[in-house]
Amino acid sequence: MKPSVIKNQIEDGSIKVEVDKLYKTMKILKTAPEFNYNYLTNLTAVDYQEYLEVIYHLYSLQTGNRLEVKVEVDSQTPKVPSVMNIWGAANWQEREVYDMFGITFNGHSNLKRILLTDDFEGHPLRKDFKLST
Amino acid sequence: MKEVANQGIRTQEIEVNFGPHHPSTHGVFRMVLTLDGENVHKVNPHIGYLHRGIEKLAEKRTYAQCVPFTDRLDYICSMTNNLAYVQTVEQLLDLEVPTRAEYIRVIVSELQRIINHCIFWATFGNDLGSQTALMYGFRDREMILDVFEELTGSRMTYSYMRVGGIAKDISDEQLKEIERIVDYIMDEALPEYHNLITGNEIFQARTKDIGILKPETAIDYGVTGPNLRASGVEYDVRKDQPYGIYDQFDFDVPTRDKGDTYSRYIVRLEEIEQSCSIIKQALNNIPEGKVQVKRVPKRPPDGSVYSSIESPKGELGFYLVSDGSKRPYRFRVRPPTFIHLMALEEMMIGEKVADAIVILGSIDIVLGEVDR
Repeated sequence: MKPSVIKNQIEDGSIKVEVDKLYKTMKILKTAPEFNYNYLTNLTAVDYQEYLEVIYHLYSLQTGNRLEVKVEVDSQTPKVPSVMNIWGAANWQEREVYDMFGITFNGHSNLKRILLTDDFEGHPLRKDFKLST
Repeated sequence: MKEVANQGIRTQEIEVNFGPHHPSTHGVFRMVLTLDGENVHKVNPHIGYLHRGIEKLAEKRTYAQCVPFTDRLDYICSMTNNLAYVQTVEQLLDLEVPTRAEYIRVIVSELQRIINHCIFWATFGNDLGSQTALMYGFRDREMILDVFEELTGSRMTYSYMRVGGIAKDISDEQLKEIERIVDYIMDEALPEYHNLITGNEIFQARTKDIGILKPETAIDYGVTGPNLRASGVEYDVRKDQPYGIYDQFDFDVPTRDKGDTYSRYIVRLEEIEQSCSIIKQALNNIPEGKVQVKRVPKRPPDGSVYSSIESPKGELGFYLVSDGSKRPYRFRVRPPTFIHLMALEEMMIGEKVADAIVILGSIDIVLGEVDR
């Protein structure tokens, strides 16, 4: 069963998925034998101002294929399902995205700030967070 | 333990705080261990003490101005950090680098790997109590640092790579000096390391079967580099996704099956040998030519790219998003050591508190890269 791809392939090795289909898609990408993406290389986010985008870079140790999965989320109340149960590597990387962008990962066991102090206000990597310089 | 408890002595778990100021935590790193006597029950790492906001600062600098930021990520391995970054920008620009520059990049990256593993050997020995190891490892690194100082002007944060090549060409005398250093490391330094530490009974008792990381756990947690190879998974970015001219070199990727601290130590020493072999091959085949592309476009086209290299610590990747302007829209560092720290709890639970430092030393972290 192929994952639900809602838009055309953006470029080789990159797909865009809807938020509500994300968890199921990721599970298939990891477990289905034709994909076997057992390695989560990178998990990050970008602030495109009208929306935020969470990006996952997957790698399959067996086939050597790489895949980029992008998910658009709303800027005001960004919520994404956590893939911590699929790949343990998502644990701290999701915490960092929460810390820097304010994106909430539903289902994360310990979604606290990781790099900044616990009482820090704001999410620095957002474009509307201005540096004082 | 049971007998003691039955005699009415109350025991409870104790929380011990390691750091952030601690000589063995390899930087400003805080670990809160929950202990039952000497056994570790829980590990709670706290990071962020060296967070400088590099990813945000880079959004206000041009692509060329971001190169010094990358020096300061994993400050021991500045050359490979630079390489990972400029390689990503070159992919965005679709730029080809002159062959001589590619060869020099390989030589310098492998020398950097040797430096990193020498420091690993030195600090790991120091963690276990051998100050001799500390001195010997740092002494051998000094020779390579002299070459780097002559080449780049500094001993630590080199900023040697440029988008489209390297900053300065390397002279024939420097190449001869590098060959002399590589011979010394292969023939004298490495046997000395093995004689001093590797065969030592106490060292082996303190590192064998300690801190085992199973391969499935390592893959699940995204561990890369020597830590992954010590658990039996043969994944090296230089072989699986060759970058630069690494596909033209003949080298092995050392692995071990056990996944314990001793394996992680041995894999790194064997990698020094392989690096020496790669440098020798590069020195034999290096061509003449330019070392820098003449005109580097200042504004890459719209788009994003993720590109990674095999840094001495693991897979160091950069994810750059360009909006067509001369500044990166998003500058993301994929830090290998940040991800390795996630697996720390898996390795430490069940071990003794005296082994906690050994395990932490064996995964080889640098806080500059963890915190950015």
